[in-house]
Amino acid sequence: MSESCKFKCYIWELPVRWCHWVNVLSIVTLAVTGFFIGTPFSFGSSASDFTMGWIRFVHFTAAYAFVVSVLSRIIWSFIGNKYAGWREFLPFLTVSGREKMVRMFRYYMFMDKEVPETIGHNPLATTAYLALFLLYILMILTGFSLYAEHAPGGLMHRTLGFMYALFSAQGMRLAHHISMWLIFGFVINHIYSAWLMDIKERGSEISSMFSGYKFTVKKEK
Amino acid sequence: MSDQKNNDVPEKTEQGLGKTEYSVSEILKQRGVSRRDFLKFCTAMTAALSLPASFAPSVAQALDEVKRPTLVWLEFQDCAGDTEALLRAANPTVGEIILDILSVDYHETIMAAAGHQAEEALEKAITTYKGKYLCVVEGSISMKDGGVYGCTSGKTHLETARRVCGGALATIAIGTCASYGGIPAAVPNPTGAVGVRDAVPGATIINLPGCPCNADNLTATVVYYLVFGKIPAMDSKGRPLFAYGKRIHDNCERRPHFDAGQYVEHWGDDAHRKGFCLYKMGCKGPATFHNCPTQRYNEKTSWPVGSGHGCAGCSEPQFWDTMSPLYHRLPNVPGFGIEATADKIGLGLVAGAAAAFAVHGALNALRKDKEPEETKEG
Repeated sequence: MSESCKFKCYIWELPVRWCHWVNVLSIVTLAVTGFFIGTPFSFGSSASDFTMGWIRFVHFTAAYAFVVSVLSRIIWSFIGNKYAGWREFLPFLTVSGREKMVRMFRYYMFMDKEVPETIGHNPLATTAYLALFLLYILMILTGFSLYAEHAPGGLMHRTLGFMYALFSAQGMRLAHHISMWLIFGFVINHIYSAWLMDIKERGSEISSMFSGYKFTVKKEK
Repeated sequence: MSDQKNNDVPEKTEQGLGKTEYSVSEILKQRGVSRRDFLKFCTAMTAALSLPASFAPSVAQALDEVKRPTLVWLEFQDCAGDTEALLRAANPTVGEIILDILSVDYHETIMAAAGHQAEEALEKAITTYKGKYLCVVEGSISMKDGGVYGCTSGKTHLETARRVCGGALATIAIGTCASYGGIPAAVPNPTGAVGVRDAVPGATIINLPGCPCNADNLTATVVYYLVFGKIPAMDSKGRPLFAYGKRIHDNCERRPHFDAGQYVEHWGDDAHRKGFCLYKMGCKGPATFHNCPTQRYNEKTSWPVGSGHGCAGCSEPQFWDTMSPLYHRLPNVPGFGIEATADKIGLGLVAGAAAAFAVHGALNALRKDKEPEETKEG
């Protein structure tokens, strides 16, 4: 930052930050327990143990937390501020959004030197988040469809009936595994990009997810 | 015996169905089945149907009075494994006789008639009792090229199925092939094989999948029909809930080992000898709905998981394609090599992403950026 001064802007409202961190914690919990459920090792010493049972219980509990968080975030995209709004996640629908995407892409590809300054999300990131939310929905649907098979004919099993028509049980398991790896791939990208933009933009990218405030060149209207 | 038979022949019924005049209990008496065995059979069937024990007298009373319906048994693209399972049923004294009484009109594998004589028997059965007979279909039906890949006596199976199942009171699709196409329908499905439900849309069909179907479930389905005069409640895949309403995993005798975290790691290891959970050996019990753990096979002696082999998921649609590889937890990822599992591919993807971003980060550390003058956003 050279001569100009940056302005402090309140960007991320409390529900956005809460959803973000609940997602982080639940995804980490779900990934660790889920990997265990998929590829367990023999840790029980007696048939009276309930080790796998508890791990599955943690997985299902975290799954419910994750569902509440994802649904809350989707609802908030209709009632929150413009940085949280659903339009942010479809930047490719507008001309200016597409321009910003191209600029961001050129910066990432070392074709431009100027750091594209963004106040809220950058449009390339929101496109990735859109794909991520679709993965979340796939994860939730396949996960709960597999879970509901313990009570066929129950409310959850009947509600998710369309899933059993679309997928075989094993197909759901495969989709659930592959989606986990895709989310891992996203997480690497996400942490790296946040770190990179924190350095390059000097707008407190990372701490903004705790405080809600970012620093930008232009003052908010 | 013959005297008794003459005494037992009742007057013609209102249906006037000639040889269907005997009630089930009368025929059993002729075959030398004691009243005690008959009641034991009724109790076993009540249990198989997941009915409360108090229903056993009702089942017995209903079977005492009910008249036997005509039944024809058609075989299409099959291995006759379901016929074998039925002929070797553990309860032949009553269960097999019940089915034997029913199935005399036409059964390609076991009937004495052959050729035109047999065709006549089928023709007679389906025209005389139109809309009143039961039909059992074993084997899948070829649909490709007008069904020419499966013919019996010059007629395609498709043609026969549409005519016979279309005029039946209800059709029991026995075995996975008749229910969902089974092994003949596995990729690449050269004959365009399908189950009865797809070949004869609109017909009343009860699917009894399994490879083979448990003959007890067939008997129980027929008994249900005889007792209640209607077909049993079914799930979205057309299977009776009494036999396919619960997942194998949830009724498995090895389930405590699953919950405890005790798994067979290799065939023949200590855990295998101790009867631990077969989850890691690719058991498809968590993906399969069937009553194998409770009903079992061969006079309830055992069943696949009970004898130390994982479930193959044989009673689920497209089991040959979706449940394979049988000894792995997950299916292979299409488009990748046979040994590439989802987790290996995922690990490669994540490692690749991490490497790419590490390089990107290194390049970024080296470059000098221009500071933005002002934001483009409003």
